Amino acid sequence: MNENLAALIPELALLGAAVIGLLAGSWLPRRRQWIVAVLAAAACTAGLAATSITMATGREQTVFSNAFAVDTATNAGRLTVLGALLLVITMSVETVQGHKRETEYWVLLLLTGAGTLALLGANDLLMLFAAYLLASIPAYALAAFTKDNSGTEAALKYYLMGALLGTTMLAGAALFYGAGHSTLYRELRHALPDAPYGLVAVALVAVLAGLLFKAGAVPAHFWVPDVTDGAPAPVAAYVTTLPKIGALIAGYRLLHQALPDSDVNWPLLLAVLAAVTMTLGNLAAFFQTSARRLLAYSTISQVGYLLMALAVATRTDLAQQSLLFYLAAYAATNLGAFAVVTALPAARHLKDYRGLAHRQPGLAAVLVVCLLGLVGTPPTGIFLGKLEIFSATIDGGYTWLAVLAVANTVASLFYYLRWLAPLFTHANPGPAPAQAVFGCWAAATACTAGVIALALGLAGGAVLPYGMGNLLP
Amino acid sequence: MLSVVTFLPLLVCVALMLLPGRFPERAYLWVWITTAAVELALITALWAGFDSQGGMQYEQRVRWIPGAGVSYHVGIDGLSLPLVALTCVLFLAVAVYSLRESSRVRPYVCLFLFLQTASLGLFIALDLILFFVFFDLSIVGMFFVIAGWGHGERARAAALKFFLYTFIGSLALLLGFIGLYLAADPHTFDIVDLTRTNPLAGHGVYASLVLLAIGVGMAVKTPAVPFHTWLPPAHTEAPAAGSAILAAVLLKMGTYGFVRIAMPLLPGSWRHYALAIVIVGVVSVVYGALVALAQTDFKRMIAYTSVNHMGYIILAVGAAGALAGTDAQARSLAVTGAVTQMVSHGLITGALFLLAGVLYDRGQTYEIDAYSGLAAHAPRFAAVTGIAAFASLGIPGFSGFIAEFQIFTGSLASQAIATAIAVTGILITAALFLRALRAMLLGAPRLPPSVHTTGFGDLKGREAVSSIALLALALVIGIAPRWLLDVIEPASRTVTDLVAR
Repeated sequence: MNENLAALIPELALLGAAVIGLLAGSWLPRRRQWIVAVLAAAACTAGLAATSITMATGREQTVFSNAFAVDTATNAGRLTVLGALLLVITMSVETVQGHKRETEYWVLLLLTGAGTLALLGANDLLMLFAAYLLASIPAYALAAFTKDNSGTEAALKYYLMGALLGTTMLAGAALFYGAGHSTLYRELRHALPDAPYGLVAVALVAVLAGLLFKAGAVPAHFWVPDVTDGAPAPVAAYVTTLPKIGALIAGYRLLHQALPDSDVNWPLLLAVLAAVTMTLGNLAAFFQTSARRLLAYSTISQVGYLLMALAVATRTDLAQQSLLFYLAAYAATNLGAFAVVTALPAARHLKDYRGLAHRQPGLAAVLVVCLLGLVGTPPTGIFLGKLEIFSATIDGGYTWLAVLAVANTVASLFYYLRWLAPLFTHANPGPAPAQAVFGCWAAATACTAGVIALALGLAGGAVLPYGMGNLLP
Repeated sequence: MLSVVTFLPLLVCVALMLLPGRFPERAYLWVWITTAAVELALITALWAGFDSQGGMQYEQRVRWIPGAGVSYHVGIDGLSLPLVALTCVLFLAVAVYSLRESSRVRPYVCLFLFLQTASLGLFIALDLILFFVFFDLSIVGMFFVIAGWGHGERARAAALKFFLYTFIGSLALLLGFIGLYLAADPHTFDIVDLTRTNPLAGHGVYASLVLLAIGVGMAVKTPAVPFHTWLPPAHTEAPAAGSAILAAVLLKMGTYGFVRIAMPLLPGSWRHYALAIVIVGVVSVVYGALVALAQTDFKRMIAYTSVNHMGYIILAVGAAGALAGTDAQARSLAVTGAVTQMVSHGLITGALFLLAGVLYDRGQTYEIDAYSGLAAHAPRFAAVTGIAAFASLGIPGFSGFIAEFQIFTGSLASQAIATAIAVTGILITAALFLRALRAMLLGAPRLPPSVHTTGFGDLKGREAVSSIALLALALVIGIAPRWLLDVIEPASRTVTDLVAR
């Protein structure tokens, strides 16, 4: 039995940093709590380095009775999650600086990050559920970090939905166990085709419920706008980006590894979910006046595009690399937009952004790149991701879904432009205090994320091949 | 070499943006004019070294995203070279015209430099995704030109409409490109490879859907009836320089897409649906002309004549796909006429839009009724506008005549009825231009109330140079067209052979 702990260095680095940070934070004076942030960043960097070494030396393996796979999807997901976590850490600096619970913030961020990493490689239903809990519970606490009314309400909503759908997910795992007499994907794969159809279908829907909650997809999306609006901006950036990466890769692995031969028509289920998610997200975003709520609904519609890759998971070879690339591009682009929101904490409404291009040309440029990127305008990374995902969907036989996605892309343009166009206006610009930059860390994060979002499109040829490779059973 | 020509404006644009400190605004404009002049010199050198019988030249192919079948593949042949040259000429003319621009000069210059790279890149692209990237970048650039320097709050609505329409078109295009990509084995977006392998031959419905997607995408950009409604507001609200570029360069992207992508890559479906394309073309011709006739706004009227002029091109490319009752020479003539018409429309309509800009600059309105007897106030303006209008309605001696003559001769053999209907378009265009000229230039002198104090100033140096240069080029093509046709003809023979296979 392979119990190679070295394969889990990224996860262990985050957990270790969390424990050390918590202990150290208890003794550090408040003005020196930034040391914990440095520790967190160091843990992410160590994880990135370990993942790079794993990828370079091709040490793919499954560990702990095959419950956790370290393969292409895990490694690509780790790079995205850890890179995104670094961006979240740097954009949070001003928000929590000198806060009396600063250490707790970093520790919670590390713990939920570790949970997200654990989701990526989960090759067993129990592992999946444990990772789900580790990723979710610290995130509930983060949502209520400021202890104000809107934050508490958001956290409560987030927690109640998470608890309900988490239990559903556990029930689904139990049903799978009943149907296939195992929780390991590799054994379910052979057992499920002979299991009762209805049982497998119900079990799948129940497990997907938890994953859809993490991804913020319809019908488990109700928490997204409230948390995005109520939580501190960096936390909003976190919950709309990283859990999606974990949940979608976990979902892809589940469908691809455990259910490829099952009679259950899950591709159609996922295709319908994708269609409903992108359409509902877009329609709800149309008339938002709050920048954060607009971004929240935009992230819901983005999950819709991503779910397209899950629908065709076993029908085309393009699905995996398109999913992994789109996730990386989405993470950079979405974090860029949220970093701008973080850097301008007083600008909550779209009208506060009027004339920003003259006061803050740099931030306005990042916003242009990121919002046009979210639309999928070339040459940004999401454009290439969309191109790949649309190709995969058509190749997988769901042309109607690709056409619907194109129609949704056009519709999404409407609300992104409603935010973008006033940036360049001269007539009655937004109030000057609303456009004052909060701090250089958030602004620098915005610029970095914007550059990455653009670079992923221009240098996509170099990045795309990292998404190719078989999943390990 | 080709990449240098394409990306030089972008480099200058980035340099201008990153340059610290403030320079006098005039300095930016001179940098722009110099860049545009260098571009024109480079493209002239390229043209001098171009072998008209040599097919695709100055090719360059670099791996870009091999995993997705995308490469950076550029090159020019007889179809793209005239359009690349047209782009360089137009941008130089617009740069000279904008010499007195005073509103936010740095971003203005940067946007136009960016647009020039996007336009040149599109015409030299030999990869579908590269083509798409530049197609979308041109939309983004033009959106900001219209929204930022247009006439007030309505400009933003027009810009949004322009963006939405052309973006929908571009996404339809993308779906069509993906359809081509998936049909090819191995999967590729390369236009040259796809032309050679013709992956959709014998794919009935699938090929028709791909042609529909690509056709709609190009038709929105061209624009052909019924996808033309974004054009008049975009033109009316855009600044003069933006209108000129939009009409002269950006509209060509749609028709260029037909001859570069739709015809060679989908020959079977193109032949099958040739009649439908011809009908769309004829409807655009007649409808565009009739609606232009009903306009009271000078700039809107020119915008609708664009619909009419682009309709001739669609008629010609459709006729080139109809094999029955025609010979290869007639079809090739139709394609040559279509490409010549693209160049000719670019030069003449570009000049007309610049002149409309002069009109607005003096009188703050485009209403035809607001002006009368301008020939007395501004004889030079009246003369140049008159010449431009006559050139636009296709008077012999200017390039428009050469182009339309070839289109009609080439199309008549196979599409006699359609061509006969399309000829009425010329008649209506003549009527509407003469009516507008009579109302504005002749008669008792009358000006809008806003200019009573200052009077209507005549054409100034920069305005005269830019518009007269464009018209002079149209005149040269009209009198001695061989140098242009020698380049286009071999390429259009290749296209007609590809469609007929």
